[in-house]
Amino acid sequence: MAENIMDINDDSFEEIVLKSDKPVMVDFWAPWCGPCKAIAPTVEALEKEFGDKMTFVKVNVDDNPISPSKYGVQAIPTLIFFKKGEIADQITGMVAKQKLEETIKSVL
Amino acid sequence: MKTDHDLVIIGAGPAGLTAGIYAARARMNVLLLEKAAPGGQILITDWIENYPGFPEGISGYDLSEKMKTQSESLGLKIESAEVHSLNLSGEAKEIILQDRTVTTKSLIIASGASPRKLGIGEDKFFGKGVSFCATCDGPFFKEKTVVAVGGGDTAVQESIFLTKFAKKVYLVHRRDELRAAKILQERALKNEKIEFVWDSVVTGVEGFFGLEGVKVKNLKTSEEKTIKANGCFIWVGILPNTSFLKDSVKTDEFGFIVADAKMQTSVPGVFVAGDVRDTPLRQIATAVGDAAIAAISAEHYIENLS
Repeated sequence: MAENIMDINDDSFEEIVLKSDKPVMVDFWAPWCGPCKAIAPTVEALEKEFGDKMTFVKVNVDDNPISPSKYGVQAIPTLIFFKKGEIADQITGMVAKQKLEETIKSVL
Repeated sequence: MKTDHDLVIIGAGPAGLTAGIYAARARMNVLLLEKAAPGGQILITDWIENYPGFPEGISGYDLSEKMKTQSESLGLKIESAEVHSLNLSGEAKEIILQDRTVTTKSLIIASGASPRKLGIGEDKFFGKGVSFCATCDGPFFKEKTVVAVGGGDTAVQESIFLTKFAKKVYLVHRRDELRAAKILQERALKNEKIEFVWDSVVTGVEGFFGLEGVKVKNLKTSEEKTIKANGCFIWVGILPNTSFLKDSVKTDEFGFIVADAKMQTSVPGVFVAGDVRDTPLRQIATAVGDAAIAAISAEHYIENLS
């Protein structure tokens, strides 16, 4: 849950994520999830660092049940990296910023 | 001796943040290093009601935010960085990070602990039914059956939390009585959604798309059965977060760091606080107590250097 990261929903998921020319990182989160809120500043920092090469969006799993279920998300925070509509990588749980940077670089 | 800092603290859980508060108020040149997010294990705790000052209880996230805000308002600098290793052989202690080395006169290790795994192949179901965090993942199991493993405070408290969502929680414990605080036992024993599976251990997890079943063995009868469940929550203790230590300070047989009454480790100027310490009790209340002692000890240590 990052304040400055674009909120998308089940309806806009295909257009914004799957049809994107740039790789997309989707942050699946919910308001009741402490760790999701705790990693938000890290996600925002990554957006500042890599925002020109990768699109960063978030999906509230409470309001949008379809996309998390389609990608088998049963734990949050889950970050899924999409490239040309396909899953390129996926990270569940709280991890170090360094690990996220490495993942982003490998996806790019 | 010239160093980058007077004090470096590793880890921003309750212990690290408390040490930071004391050090910032002592006007020490202090840096706190955190690899993931401030809060540590309390972030995965849904509700805390044994930390004084919050009569209605408080969520783990809210408590960690308050501690972080308090420390930062006093001037504590928190940096997102993972410690790779330590060089404690000289008087100036070296903290080796990925991109640089930081030197300091004193060090407080408050790196905490992580949930212990069962080691029965549950890794491949992590995020697909296997979890260590009810407050993160519990709501995904609305009207489903889940298995919880353990008998301590965490296992019992989080199992009760899971009953808000799951239609049934099997609590598997290797003994025939719980270790958890009596107030938690009372609540769990009268909760109709919780069924206890005594004297038993989990021996496997199975499923095709996600988790579908949890294999359980009774230690007294050796009888094995599979419980149909979509979730398996594991709370069987913790392991110290010490991969960066590499024998630089003395630990006990389980890897927890040994310290004296001033929280000093086997290396002068290196202190320890919280769950990573060899201690009879691991609570927020004990972590912050350790940390206050460690910070003041570090301050005295530096005064005696000059």
